[in-house]
Formats: sequence, C-alpha cells, structure tokens
Amino acid sequence: MKSLSELKELRNKVQKEMKKRDQGTRAEIIVGMGTCGIAAGARDILKAVLAEVEKRDLDVRVTQTGCIGMCEKEPLIDVKLPGKEKITYGNLSKADVQKIISEHVVNGNVVKDLVIARH
Amino acid sequence: MKDTIYRSHVLICTGTGCVSSGAKTIKESLEEELAANDLSNEIKIVETGCHGFCEKGPIMIVYPEGVFYCELESNDVAEIVEEHLLKGRTVERLLFTEPMTEENIPSYQDIAFYKKQQRIALANCGQIDPEDINEYIALGGYEAAGKALSEMEPQEVVDTIKDSGLRGRGGGGFPTGLKWQFAKNSENDKKYLICNADEGDPGAFMDRSILEGDPHRIIEGMLVGAYAIGADEGYVYVRAEYPLAIKRLQKAIEDAEEYGLLGEDIFSSGFDFKLHIKKGAGAFVCGEETALMNSIEGKRGMPTPRPPYPAVSGLWGKPTNINNVETYANIPYIITEGAENFSAIGTEGSSGTKVFALTGKINNTGLVEVPMGTTLNEVIFEIGGGLGEGKKFKAVQTGGPSGGCLPEDYLDLPIDYDSLLDAGTMMGSGGMVVMDEDSCMVDVARFFLNFTQSESCGKCTPCREGTKRMLEILTRITEGEGKDGDIELLLELGEHIKSTSLCGLGQSAPNPVISTIRYFRDEYEAHIHDHNCPAGACTDLAGAYVIDEEACIGCGKCAKVCPVDAISGEIKSPFTIDADVCIACGACEPECPVDAISQG
Repeated sequence: MKSLSELKELRNKVQKEMKKRDQGTRAEIIVGMGTCGIAAGARDILKAVLAEVEKRDLDVRVTQTGCIGMCEKEPLIDVKLPGKEKITYGNLSKADVQKIISEHVVNGNVVKDLVIARH
Repeated sequence: MKDTIYRSHVLICTGTGCVSSGAKTIKESLEEELAANDLSNEIKIVETGCHGFCEKGPIMIVYPEGVFYCELESNDVAEIVEEHLLKGRTVERLLFTEPMTEENIPSYQDIAFYKKQQRIALANCGQIDPEDINEYIALGGYEAAGKALSEMEPQEVVDTIKDSGLRGRGGGGFPTGLKWQFAKNSENDKKYLICNADEGDPGAFMDRSILEGDPHRIIEGMLVGAYAIGADEGYVYVRAEYPLAIKRLQKAIEDAEEYGLLGEDIFSSGFDFKLHIKKGAGAFVCGEETALMNSIEGKRGMPTPRPPYPAVSGLWGKPTNINNVETYANIPYIITEGAENFSAIGTEGSSGTKVFALTGKINNTGLVEVPMGTTLNEVIFEIGGGLGEGKKFKAVQTGGPSGGCLPEDYLDLPIDYDSLLDAGTMMGSGGMVVMDEDSCMVDVARFFLNFTQSESCGKCTPCREGTKRMLEILTRITEGEGKDGDIELLLELGEHIKSTSLCGLGQSAPNPVISTIRYFRDEYEAHIHDHNCPAGACTDLAGAYVIDEEACIGCGKCAKVCPVDAISGEIKSPFTIDADVCIACGACEPECPVDAISQG
C-alpha cells in the first residue's frame, strides 16, 4: 500500500459486495416466490431483476416474499422506493422487468399499465 | 475477486463457541442444499467471527433482510434454503425468542441483547469474513493507519490517544496515551510493541473473539501504535489454547504483508513494521507484562520488579509498549472518528465502551459491548435477559479471579474503572459472572482462589504460600470444619498477600475472598457456626435426602440413579434413603415423577 488514495480506491472496488449487508434505507425490489410464483416463472424474473440491477450497478436491495394471495397475477414484484408507496406489478415477463427497472427504479416513474396494486 | 454479485449473503458464525455447537456441519449442509437447489451462484456463504451470542449458537444471519436464525441443527438447513432463500419466507420457528416477552424477533438489530449495545471493538465481529482482508477494507479498514502514517506526526497520534481518554482494557486501566508517550520519549534505535492476548481469566473470551472475528483491526491498531512510539517490530502474545485465533491472525498478517500494510515503507511514509506471533503456553501469570516479556525472550514466565518499566527497558532491554487486544481494537476508531467523538462515549473518567463476557446463571450469556457508565442492572437484566428459571439475583462477580463480588444493592452502580474499584472489585479484562440464590459465596470465593493459587508462579512467598493457606481455610469452611477466627485470619492473610506480592496476580488474588466477606459475611458465619450452607451448594453441609413415604409410588427410578446405592426398596412399595450413605448429590430429586423426594 503506497498511499491513502490507493487504499480508498481499493475500498471502493471491494465495497459493492458488502452493500448486501447494509441495512440502511434504499430502494427495494421484492419478488413473489411462493409456489404459485415459482410455477409461473418467478425464478426467471428474479434472475432478470438481479441481472438488470447488476448491469446498471444500482444500489437496490433485492429480496423475495411468499404468496401474497394474487396467484392469478403471478409472477409479480413489488417496488418500494424510499419514502414512496409500494407498487405491485403483475403478469410479468423478463422484458417488463427491464422496463420497470429503467422507468420506475431509475427514473422514478411508475409503469402504469403493469401496476396491479398500490399500498 | 469474484465477478458474480450474489443476491444474498448467508453469514455463519464460526467462532469457537459456534464451532463447538456444530457450525461446521451447518455450513456443510448449507453448501449441499444450495448446490441441490442450484443456488450456489446466487448465494454467498460467509464464515464470520463471533457474534457474541454464543448461548444461542450455531448462529446464521441472512442478508439482505438481516434475519437472525439461532440454535440451528443441520436438518434445519434444508428448510431455510427452501423457505427463505428460495421462496423468501422467514422460518419463524428458528428465530430468536425474547426470554422476557416470548416474542419472536426476526431482525438482528431488534433483539434486546444487541439493541442496547454499542460496538466499537466488536464492530466487525460477526459482520465480516475475518480471513478476507478486502471485507475489512470495504468497511473502512486500514484508513486509520493510512491517515496516521501519511497525515499525522507521531506526537499528534499520541496526543489524539491521550485526548480520547482511552484506558487499558486489560485490567489495569492505565491511560493508553500516557503509556505511549513514555515509550515514545525513550530514546533508542530499537523499540518493540507488544499486544497482550494472553487472556486467562476463567470465562473471559473477548480477546479471543476479536482476534478470531476481526484480526485486521488488531494489526491496524498496533500499526498506529508502533508508528506513534517509533517501534519497527511487534509481537502478538497469544496463548496456544487459541488455535483458531492464531490461524486467523497468521492469515491476516500474511495478507497485510502482501498488500504492503506490514513490512517496509508502509504508505510511502518511510515507516517499517514487522509483526510476529508468539504462542504462550497458557500460564495465567504471563498476562503480567514483565512475565510476558520474559516468556517471549524464552525465559521462564515470571514477573520482575518495576521500575524499570517496559517503556524504558522492556523486551531484550529495549523500550517496549504493551497493550491489551481490546485496547488496540479501539485505536482505529479513535483515529478516524477523532478523540472527541470517542471521549463523548462513556463517563468522564472512563471513556469509550467496554466488552464484557457475560456468563453464569443468566439467560443470554455471551459477549456484550456497552458504553462505560452503563449500570449492572442494564447489562444483567436488559441485555442479559435476567436470570434463568425465575431465580433471584444474588451477586455479580466482575474482574475475573482478581475481582470481587457485588450484591444486589449495587445493581444501579455505573460500570466504570473507578466506581468498581470503590465498590471493592475491579474492571479487570471484563469477565462478568452472574450468580443466583443457589450459588454459595464461600464456594465461589474458593473456586476463584483455587484458580489463582494454582496459577501463582511461586516467586513471592506471600502469594505462593499465602494463597495456599487461604484456600485450605476456605475448603475447611465449605466442608463444615470452619473455626472461630477463620474469617479474621482470611482477612489478615489477604491484606498481607495484597501488600507484599510483586505482581498483579498476588496483589489481587485475595479480592474474591475479601469482597465476599465484605458483602456476604453472614454466609461465612452460617457455614462456620451453624454448619449450614444457606444456598445449599456445599454438599458436605447439606442434609441427606428423604422420601415421603405417603407420596412415593414405588417406581424405583430414584434408586437407579443413586451413585452410592443409598436408596433401596421393593417395586410398588415406598423406597427409603439411607441417610448415612447419602452424599446429598441431588441426582434422585429430579427423577421422581411425583416429587416425593426432598432434602432433609
């Protein structure tokens, strides 16, 4: 280690992975992973969410939840931006995931035609 | 570095406590289950150091949610993978249950045991993989060393530590900044810096946990200290009974060397520092600094008179600075956050936090870190969750074998160096043993004295012979052979040993006896005059057990467990206990299905 700035550079590089353990407030995407969700393809949706978050290098917490009772509308995800209401999107495809992340998570505009509930 | 970004981190505690309760098999099952569910690329398993809550081990924390699972068994793992990691449903039955409210608490931060704590020395313990230097750096590691070496003069570092009010966490409580100043002021071309990790108090394991859970913090603290006093070589003196701590520290030293954080010209400052590990053979007296240095030099571990103090003539006759593990663990925080922010925590005379090893008859045993000035009540009842099985609090022993016992009246005492000393005990390295109404205070004093007596190095006659005589008297009292004048004799011997021993071992060995006589004299008197142990713990004084003939159903279960065959009878008719043979061990009592057995 030759200088403090070299250390800080290394720190920035290794910090990203540690964000998973940060419990601070940030955007959250919750994927419905009940049996109904899994049957409807929620695993692919989850993978698409993770890939998109990774591609855009977003500071988002991705978690899962069980069946919320709207099995008919699976696969579904919730998007919760800090200080905003939680939006549930349903009947999703992988392409929808990209749209939701670019429109809603990044730009803050709810993708109205995919919304099935607001909390 | 991995290219994959994992969606979830599963932290498994592999501190010594959790390893002994089965954490390794939990980890193996988890690996298998993840592979079986095709999740190995999505979920990262991280082995961490101790979370402090050893009572509830093995412990697992699942991020990003921060869900805390405890007391796991390997067949619980499949359920966690299927329910939580795959479907995102918290497995309720494996959550922690608050003993006071019987509530299930999912999140780590919300458990009362953790909520009341403020973690500085233990900040990273349980949060990072101790064998991965990058994780330490990701959380700001080595920034204090970088700041000190490239932006501060050595005197500035010493002044910062002085201003912070940090006092030695190993027991003595000597101001750390002042100690560093003495070593800095000693002119010499060679100086040493030593970390005392010869943790010997029965029940204390904070140093081990820090070394196991966050070894880089100690290296960083030592690096700052070495720069401040001008030492280019250092030793960590760890007892050989801590193999995991040694292994992780060794790995940490190698990684730090590879990153150029140890070695030559660190941070281009022209400052060199080389660090070695010295394994101690586990003699308690080697925690005393002069004995410790003798041991590093390859001599017999015995104390030598001071002065000269180590700061003037220490290891191999060179100026040497010695601090305890926890003391060094506080240094990085003080340098990065500033002396003022550190001294704002705690009390006026004792700034910062202190780690305590909470053990004994308490619900939440484990390692806790609280600001100085926290009361015993808060630690024992709010963090510790109170005493088990509805038992009544009797006393708390602080300071390990060198400390003393405090009764209920002292529960509101703020914990800091000076108030503990005034109350007749001491901070020590931070052991805290809680005793309930079933603990006999004479027996407790005997236990601790037995430890110091066998650990006495034998150099000073008062300590070698005196503790032996005191132990004989205490043993006699617990066996019902106590005599008039025993209490006075114990006090007299104790005062002599304290005032005429060379090192801290002898100077503090009588403390458990003196403090229990001070606060629980009536128990000593009951043993001596009435041949009665009020707590019922001294078996020689306890009466034989008897069976209530009317209640007895003649099942014979009691007779099966009696180790001395004192119980006899015919099945389906009342059994009897031969009072002359009964050793009052109490083994029969819990066996009886109708509670017909009691102590006479």
